[in-house]
Amino acid sequence: MDNPKKVISVKDLTKKFGSFTAVDHISFDVTEGEIFGFLGANGAGKTTAMRMLCGLSYPTSGTGTVAGFDITTDAEDIKRNIGYMSQKFSLYSNLTVIENLRLFSTIYGMSDKEFKSASENLFKDLEMEDMRTTLVGDIPVGWRQKLAFATATIHTPKVVFLDEPTGGVDPVTRRRFWELIYEASSKGMTIFVTTHYLDEAEYCNRVSIMVDGKISALDNPTALKEKYRATTMDEVFRIVAKQAKREE
Amino acid sequence: MNSVVNIKNLSHSYGSTVALDNVSIEVERGEMFGIIGPDGAGKSTLYRILATLLKPDRGEVFVSGLNAVTDYKKIRTKIGYMPERFSLYQDMTVNENLKFYASLFGVSVKENYDLIAPVFSQLERFPNRRASALSGGMKQKLALSCALIHRPEILLLDEPTTGVDAVSRSEFWDMLSQLRKSGITILVSTSYMDEATRCERIAMINKGKILDTNTPANLVANLNENLYSASADDMFCLLNRLRTTSGVKNCYTFGATLHVVADNSFDPDKVSAQLTTDGLKNVKIYRTKGDIEDLFIKLTHDG
Repeated sequence: MDNPKKVISVKDLTKKFGSFTAVDHISFDVTEGEIFGFLGANGAGKTTAMRMLCGLSYPTSGTGTVAGFDITTDAEDIKRNIGYMSQKFSLYSNLTVIENLRLFSTIYGMSDKEFKSASENLFKDLEMEDMRTTLVGDIPVGWRQKLAFATATIHTPKVVFLDEPTGGVDPVTRRRFWELIYEASSKGMTIFVTTHYLDEAEYCNRVSIMVDGKISALDNPTALKEKYRATTMDEVFRIVAKQAKREE
Repeated sequence: MNSVVNIKNLSHSYGSTVALDNVSIEVERGEMFGIIGPDGAGKSTLYRILATLLKPDRGEVFVSGLNAVTDYKKIRTKIGYMPERFSLYQDMTVNENLKFYASLFGVSVKENYDLIAPVFSQLERFPNRRASALSGGMKQKLALSCALIHRPEILLLDEPTTGVDAVSRSEFWDMLSQLRKSGITILVSTSYMDEATRCERIAMINKGKILDTNTPANLVANLNENLYSASADDMFCLLNRLRTTSGVKNCYTFGATLHVVADNSFDPDKVSAQLTTDGLKNVKIYRTKGDIEDLFIKLTHDG
């Protein structure tokens, strides 16, 4: 454990759109099994940064690796080796649960055999065994998040990117979702997560806060609260995010 | 009776899906009233009925004393409705959108400008920018300005802060508090439990049913539970251990601590001593007060 494995490592990562610098020289590492909270106000550059990490956008400058692949040269390999759960529920509502899982497993290049064993385990772990052949459109709202997470991790990626996974979700389901995250992290999966719920920032091992394209704060929640003399991460976020100068 | 919105035994279904189940709400004139509940609770259906865009299956709805089904045309001049999805014209500029909405109601921007000034002032710098080119926060301000430009009696805001960061959310609520001083009635829905305290009264809604209606302070006072905060170095382990501890009715994460709902047999000192013996480090368990989120968890847990 002296030299924890870096699953994400970026240095001076920058993205410009014309004269606008959306992401401005950000550098950080995320280690194996870590739950890394990626916070920031709307327009701070979170989405742009995340797109570069997922191999969906090419950086203007800077370097980095994700899951062992170079973000400037191996974007396709990155896409195959990460999981991604979008903020909008994006499974196919007119396919059944197992059909959705099957579809994504195929996209990730899993064999029939691998899919069988992975899906059996998933159904058991998520207590969704009787929902196998239910149309996704008919699944109760509270189960959707769980299913989206299962789909994003069917191929046991080294790292999964969760973009506001709990937006609009009721308090009970939101908490159950975080227990799934803990579970996955304890098995060694790295979790990169964005959220607007600041209580959830307390559940992360480390939290970064982006302001105007830069990372303004990065540490574990306890250290951040000490540094900003705050009692909650909500206060920390307000103090840090208010430093923003960028005009909307 | 001074209620400006009166909903009696309202039910509505989409096919076999029950969206609203025997909902009754009364909102008084000038009140800031919150509809608090998660996605899928029925909030938007309720708003569409109030905005006279949807005819309810059963029950009666009165807005400003008018029947929402038979007097829908009159109601539409008295309400300002901001739907959850941005619904202004993307290819029109800021000023064009505002003028357009004013003209729909036969008013001029000038005569009602005082009302929208606190909201619109930040948009004045770019009158000729197309709505599609505005940031999320600016779109929201323009939509609110357009919903207000005809000086409605009642403002219907459906999840105005969804997907908005914590700082912008609290600025938006400051803006609403400003507006309320003009005497307008505001009905606002949200899935953020922490926003409940910004309302005078709230109705908590889940799966189409109203769980409770009251002032946030009274609701929390009625929580009436043996509630503790708990923390240790390994929080996930603590959570799993507490859940199987006798006397614990429910245990869930709550920011930096866990919340433990316990019965009278629960002895915090004894339990923390036991957990420490079992190897957990820095165990702390102490009495705490609940908030709206605890109440919501209790109401959905019991139901």
